[in-house]
Amino acid sequence: MFGDYSLTDLSSIFVMQGFAGLILFSVYTLMALGLAIIFGQMGVINMAHGEFMILGAYVTYLCSGFFQTHLPALFPAYFFVAMALAFVASGALGMLVEWALIRHLYKRPLDTLLATWGLSLILQQTYRTVFGAREVGVELPSWLIGSVQVTDSIEIPINGMFVMAITTLITLGVALLMYRSRFGAQVRAVVQNRPMAGAVGIDTEKVDRLTFGLGCGIAGIAGSAFTMVGSTGPTSGQLYIVDTFLIVVFGGAASLLGTIASAFSISQTQSTLEFFLSGSTAKVITLLAVVGILMLRPQGLFTLKVRR
Amino acid sequence: MIRPASPSTVHDNPFMKPMEWVSLALLAAVIFLVLPLCLDAFRLNLAGKYLSYAFVALGLVICWGFGGILSLGQGVFFGLGGYCMAMYLKLEASSVENTKIQSTPGIPDFMDWNQITALPWFWKPFASLPFTLIAVIVVPALFAFVVGTAMFRRRVGGTYFAIITQAIAAILTILIVGQQGYTGGINGITDLRTLNGWDIRTDSAHNILYFVNGALLVACILFAQYVKRSKLGRILVAMRDKEDRVRFSGYSVAGFKTFAFCLAAVFAAIGGAMFTLQVGFMSPSFVGIVPSIEMVIYAAVGGRLSLFGAVWGTLLVNWAKTTFSESFPELWLFGLGGLFILVVLAFPNGLAGIYRTYVEPRLTRRAKAPESAPTALPHAAE
Repeated sequence: MFGDYSLTDLSSIFVMQGFAGLILFSVYTLMALGLAIIFGQMGVINMAHGEFMILGAYVTYLCSGFFQTHLPALFPAYFFVAMALAFVASGALGMLVEWALIRHLYKRPLDTLLATWGLSLILQQTYRTVFGAREVGVELPSWLIGSVQVTDSIEIPINGMFVMAITTLITLGVALLMYRSRFGAQVRAVVQNRPMAGAVGIDTEKVDRLTFGLGCGIAGIAGSAFTMVGSTGPTSGQLYIVDTFLIVVFGGAASLLGTIASAFSISQTQSTLEFFLSGSTAKVITLLAVVGILMLRPQGLFTLKVRR
Repeated sequence: MIRPASPSTVHDNPFMKPMEWVSLALLAAVIFLVLPLCLDAFRLNLAGKYLSYAFVALGLVICWGFGGILSLGQGVFFGLGGYCMAMYLKLEASSVENTKIQSTPGIPDFMDWNQITALPWFWKPFASLPFTLIAVIVVPALFAFVVGTAMFRRRVGGTYFAIITQAIAAILTILIVGQQGYTGGINGITDLRTLNGWDIRTDSAHNILYFVNGALLVACILFAQYVKRSKLGRILVAMRDKEDRVRFSGYSVAGFKTFAFCLAAVFAAIGGAMFTLQVGFMSPSFVGIVPSIEMVIYAAVGGRLSLFGAVWGTLLVNWAKTTFSESFPELWLFGLGGLFILVVLAFPNGLAGIYRTYVEPRLTRRAKAPESAPTALPHAAE
């Protein structure tokens, strides 16, 4: 499969595909971060995670429309407002869902899975009713369009770089929040020993609700970033949910570093293979490799020793 | 209070309790009498299609209800069974006379469209009916055995197992859709005509297949009941409730789990093969994540602990789906989503649970009332 390309071509291909992989990696990381918090820290399987992401994407779409018609002067900066709103909307919906649904099911993880699947169907149909079945895209501000020419054969799109920058910032923020803040310490305390955390005065129910809301809010940001690189439809979230779960499981459920490492390896493998093989074969090989490795090493790449 | 032993309580572990015989008779009456008499040929074929899903729900009762292993990949086994059958039927439909307009006569039409000039090796054995019938059972069982052994040996269970089976369903769908020349792609294997020379597209053939399907379903229920009443069934329930204790008592937990998973796979595969025969095609839309998880809701609505409940649940959900998506297509997804949430939150044991909590005590009381012996408590839910 390498035979037809010269060495310089190959290196350009690897750089370009590597960069395409990095954009995929950014979206995967943002989605997986939220899921790693919810699944890894709380043990809850949220099958509606993709729909929380799509909510963020639709909020961004609405914002882009609003700024275009009412505040054209501020249009170049709308994306930052949209991202904050996406976080708030998805986070608020997440906390509502936690209160109405999830908190009754902490003892029954498999049932949570079914209930959140039901939720995802309802959300999908809601999106279809409100926004229509067709995919929508947002108008990018002019400063995000175009690409940077690095060498003759390598050029890098600006929106991709922007998405990567946002991913880096959010990841750093989450890492700081989880490992350096008081809230993060409370979350980790509840994960490691719930009764003891309650006994020292942590309001475990509130921590659960905020954690779930945070995870969903990050999914909203992921959706917001997703609009930069792709269009949004009512069922777009479902396309990513299996990959994201595999990323979280592959990385080792409770480890943020593992999540990032596995998102990186999966997205790079997939996008590099995609150039040489057809898209579907690349995906099959990547997923098969992940499932195969998980069968041999079910605890994932990075593990955290926790007393349950 | 000591009651005189009535004939039904003489055996401590009868194959089925009297009420279960009644349930079986009721189900058999509906399948073999009520539905064929009340429905026209088209609707009966539809009911037959629903009943082929009931095999999957039955397998899930064993695997998920009793064993506590939730597989979100039952569509894989349904599909494997269905595709094995479809490959045989397709080969029979693609005889040299039928396909003489193709550039390579004698191979399935979709292969010809994809510039494949010879039958691939894995299609060749499916020219034989006995091989196909064996493959319908053995291929899914082997696949389930490999997956189950690999996972359960390493003590992967619960949510991890659910996610990985779901990933397998995704992989198989992408593979089938992507390898169009070998599998028929997204359209699946269509235009199936005869089974060993017998035209399966006529109304009378649909009728016969419906009854064969019903008989197989009852046979599977009886087999599942046998497993449930056996020591193995008790070990499964014990494992679900306290896996470590079963392991420390010296049982091979992985072996029993693999068995339950394989049995569920075989049931699903039989359903898939019967589906193909009755509906006349097989496509990846019955393999992937969405159908697999929908099959779980059949078992959940019927009652994950009840073999009969699973069949009723399947019929009910599918009937609702057909009715609602015919008249209010928008509402159906809301209804289905709401059903998932409602069943999980309010009725974790589904219809069978509602029956056991509300209906059965009344029936028992009424039956006991003439004898003026109000002491009988409803027996504990299994």
